[in-house]
Amino acid sequence: MTYFDVYTKNGVATVWLDSEGERVNTLSQPVLKAFGSLLDTLASDTAVEAVVLISRKKDSFIVGADIKEFAAFETREEVVKLIGEGHTLFNRVESFPKPILAAVHGACVGGGLELALACHYILATEHKRTLFALPEVNLGLLPGLGGTQRLPRAVGLQNGLELMLTGKNVYAKPARTMGLVDATIYPQGLLDAAKRAALGLVDGSVASKVRKTTLLETVLTKTPLNAVVYSKATETVQKRTRGNYPAPPKIIETVRVGMERGVAAGLELEARNFAELVFTPESKALRHLFFAKNAAEKNPLKQEARKVGTVGVLGAGLMGAGIAQMSAQSGFGVLLKDRTLELTAKGKGSIYEDVSKRVGRGMTSFERDVVLGRVVLAADYTTFRGADLTIEAVLETLDAKQSVLREVEAVAPADHIFASNTSSLPIGDIAAASRRPETVLGMHYFSPVPKMPLLEIITTDQTADWVLATAIDVGLKQGKTVIVVGDKPGFYANRILAPYVNEALVLLQEGAGVDEVDAAMRDFGFPVGPLKLIDEVGLDVGAHVMQVMAPLFNERGISLVTLGDNVLNAGLKGRKSGRGFYRYEGGKGKEANPEIYTLLGTRERRTVPKSEIQERLSLAMVNEAVYTLQEGVIKAPGDGDVGAVFGIGFPPFLGGPFFYLNVQGANHVLARLERLEAQHGARFTPAALLRQYAEADRTFY
Amino acid sequence: MRAGTMYFDQIAYDLAREVLKGVLVRNALEPAGIDAVIMGAVVQNPATSNVARDAALGAGFPNTVPAYTVTMACISSNRAIADAVTMLKTGQAEVVVAGGVEVLSDVPIGFKKEVRQKFFEARKYKNPLEYRKFVQGLAAADMLPQAPAIAEFSTGETMGKSADKLAAAFGVSREEQDAYALRSHRLAAEATREGRLEPELVPTALPPKFEALTQDNTFREDSSLEALAKLEPVFVKPFGTVTAGNASPLTDGASATLLMTEDKALALGYMPKAYLRNFVFVAQDPGDELLLGPAYATPKLLDRAGLSFADLDVIEIHEAFAGQVLAVLKAWESDAFARDKLGRERRVADVDMDKVNVWGGSLSLGHPFGATGARLVTTAAHRLQAEDGRYALVTACAAGGLGHAMLLERYET
Repeated sequence: MTYFDVYTKNGVATVWLDSEGERVNTLSQPVLKAFGSLLDTLASDTAVEAVVLISRKKDSFIVGADIKEFAAFETREEVVKLIGEGHTLFNRVESFPKPILAAVHGACVGGGLELALACHYILATEHKRTLFALPEVNLGLLPGLGGTQRLPRAVGLQNGLELMLTGKNVYAKPARTMGLVDATIYPQGLLDAAKRAALGLVDGSVASKVRKTTLLETVLTKTPLNAVVYSKATETVQKRTRGNYPAPPKIIETVRVGMERGVAAGLELEARNFAELVFTPESKALRHLFFAKNAAEKNPLKQEARKVGTVGVLGAGLMGAGIAQMSAQSGFGVLLKDRTLELTAKGKGSIYEDVSKRVGRGMTSFERDVVLGRVVLAADYTTFRGADLTIEAVLETLDAKQSVLREVEAVAPADHIFASNTSSLPIGDIAAASRRPETVLGMHYFSPVPKMPLLEIITTDQTADWVLATAIDVGLKQGKTVIVVGDKPGFYANRILAPYVNEALVLLQEGAGVDEVDAAMRDFGFPVGPLKLIDEVGLDVGAHVMQVMAPLFNERGISLVTLGDNVLNAGLKGRKSGRGFYRYEGGKGKEANPEIYTLLGTRERRTVPKSEIQERLSLAMVNEAVYTLQEGVIKAPGDGDVGAVFGIGFPPFLGGPFFYLNVQGANHVLARLERLEAQHGARFTPAALLRQYAEADRTFY
Repeated sequence: MRAGTMYFDQIAYDLAREVLKGVLVRNALEPAGIDAVIMGAVVQNPATSNVARDAALGAGFPNTVPAYTVTMACISSNRAIADAVTMLKTGQAEVVVAGGVEVLSDVPIGFKKEVRQKFFEARKYKNPLEYRKFVQGLAAADMLPQAPAIAEFSTGETMGKSADKLAAAFGVSREEQDAYALRSHRLAAEATREGRLEPELVPTALPPKFEALTQDNTFREDSSLEALAKLEPVFVKPFGTVTAGNASPLTDGASATLLMTEDKALALGYMPKAYLRNFVFVAQDPGDELLLGPAYATPKLLDRAGLSFADLDVIEIHEAFAGQVLAVLKAWESDAFARDKLGRERRVADVDMDKVNVWGGSLSLGHPFGATGARLVTTAAHRLQAEDGRYALVTACAAGGLGHAMLLERYET
């Protein structure tokens, strides 16, 4: 394996980072080792006066450490030692007698940025793909190669903490303003400018790391007033994570120790904290999700996918407009049609509003125009003769779905694909109206489409492979995380949501409070509580979905709580009607709506322990996930974890229902379910598959 | 749309994108196969001086499709189409999109030359004190922004005054002008009601309101001779005859046509609507005959094509002013004009008004300067089909004393 090509000319050694056979450069242990030897050579080579580090990979510099290596770690001591070696290496870069310059084009992320920070100068290209980030926090970790020490010193305490606590991307221009980058240039000029800057560093005509700091920043970084910054950061972190994620407090601690007691103390703590975090179940779960999500962003049927240029979207409401927006943003031509041109125009207006928010943030108004220009208003179906794939998001009735299917098929070409965004109707029933049922499938998006990453693709027995392959391709191009699921009521995400929401309603009937239930589940790690979620979706929509799924649960002896006509007739439809489980009229929807208790026929109020709420709701969902695997609704546990986390907000630090089972142990969860079954009946009857796994002492991964 | 109304928030680039996109979508046309985009434009937004290129890119045309903007006053998009025809005939191109755009809601407001000079010099100022020099020699009034007038540069005469003069020269009365304007509005309203114009309109829904717009707001269905008679003359007061009621309105709009060689069109599976058979451009005295171009261009075109006026089934004449149209008609029907100006024995035509602008004209459908020509050609092609005719004449006048005529022949299937 080779990782570098080095060419020395006119005193400048150009080190091309180019890990052999890899698409991107990562900092694996062998790479770091090779880099150490390279430094020896560069130090002793008298022909070398300065060094330029530059990547030969397309649009990426170094994308971080090799995460796969972490799984092999066994002891903290081993990790502390490894990190210590990394620190020594990067300290050597920092104090290298010859100037080392990082010439960055493309992603400079994680360990890549930490290496760049150790260099004497960072020159970056002004390009969309050039970005800087320390995203370790998203994997439940902290930057372990000096990032916690060098970043805040480079960009100030506030910026540094923000970057490390959110993991967000910084593009070249703001990076320059922030002081992360010394200079920028167009990509074509990177190498030449880097060489000139490197020689400039040698003769002193170019100075490095000359950032002007504001007085405020100096005060907040270097005086005791910086305590305000730390406490503010801690407060924000606590609010966002509810104490479920161990990494952010460790990041703050490590930065603070380094700033107060010096870099050496900071680095030492960085190593110890990294070694601690890497073994936490939270980090393991987040790393598991990282790999599972990556897998869901590849098309296993790539070869069979056909080309799609134009996507038809029927229905220009919230869903339809969202789908149209994602399609247009990913370069598809879009034909948008609703019942009237006025409704279609309104849908386009909402796309314009959402896309316009990005103008000035990496998008020009001209680029916005081009995206919007791709969305063509269709007054009738004539233009659909040019559509390759049409996604419908019309009224949620079989009649409506079937009639638009017939209308599109009447004009569309023979290999046109019809996808339904239904959340409650069987795709097979919709396909029954088709002359070409093999070209019909489900593409189930989650609202709001531009924000929610999951796409469920539903196939029927008849769906052709090329149709599935093409739909996956379109979904991935739209930037979605795709899972393929079976055509059973609720598909996957809504299916596992049903018993979870049901349990919340049962608890209300038993006397628990709306806010009590929601707060418990938010503490458990869900981004919103189950009742607030129904308010957002709409009680009428929720009731409809539950109704569709009721027979499936009836078969198992479970009757779902119905949000009956009395609730809906009382005008309780959630946020859109101003009242639901919460009151929105006038307020912010923070107060529970007492009407709901009477309408649900609640017995007297009582306080239910938080742990009971959490156990009942979470296990109802986890158990249902196993049912779906057992029934073949999902094909693999990984799909189940991705679907639960990215579709309905299952706590990422738990890694998804199946990873949760892995951590807890199938037999342990089985025992808890059996106990709940004894107390509450069939709602908690464990899935047979879970029993099998428990008895065989098998794990899902 | 009337300027200052539904398209008040747009610039020419915005409306041009809509029609270019409309041509692609309506014809399921692959934009990579287009050899050129040509757009006419008159009052230009300085930010998009080659609006054809900016709009084509904005409409998602591949950057490999060349695009340029032509300007020839009110016959700019006729010039664009004529250029396209020339390219197609000479083998320079097989597929061309030609049209035009005008947003009179967005007229560039400038400074006087003296002030512009100061701005130029100010770029070299080194210290703030030098800005004192900026105001030296300038009066406060010099700083007032200048809007361009619709006036002839060589004569200084407004176009309305020229039309007034022309009407008088041909003995066209105020009443005749009002009656012709009323006819135009009624016909436009009728054609709209019957959906005849629908195939040539692209519905729009534009920021910030995204109101769906499906028809022009330029014609007045409820107009009457009495109402028109009450209007004061605008350009020649108090005894002139041109009023706001018998002149075309300031308009925002855009138009585009898809032109191909016959072989290419058939090979791509398109059914052509009409051949563009011939065209001429003429020019005469911008002082006395500013808007009389059609009177000269039409006989020249017919001679070239070997046809007589009676062979024409459809006539689309640009209606800048009712007085100007009527003057042209009188010129065509005048033996004296034929003898004195054209050197012909007999008058050009006895005009059958049932052939002239029966779906409305610029008076009622609006006159976005750079876009009108392509609208006339489109309407003529559609009328040939609707009226089962063979030959159509498109003719128009333009500032500068310019004129144009084009002959269309219906495509026989």
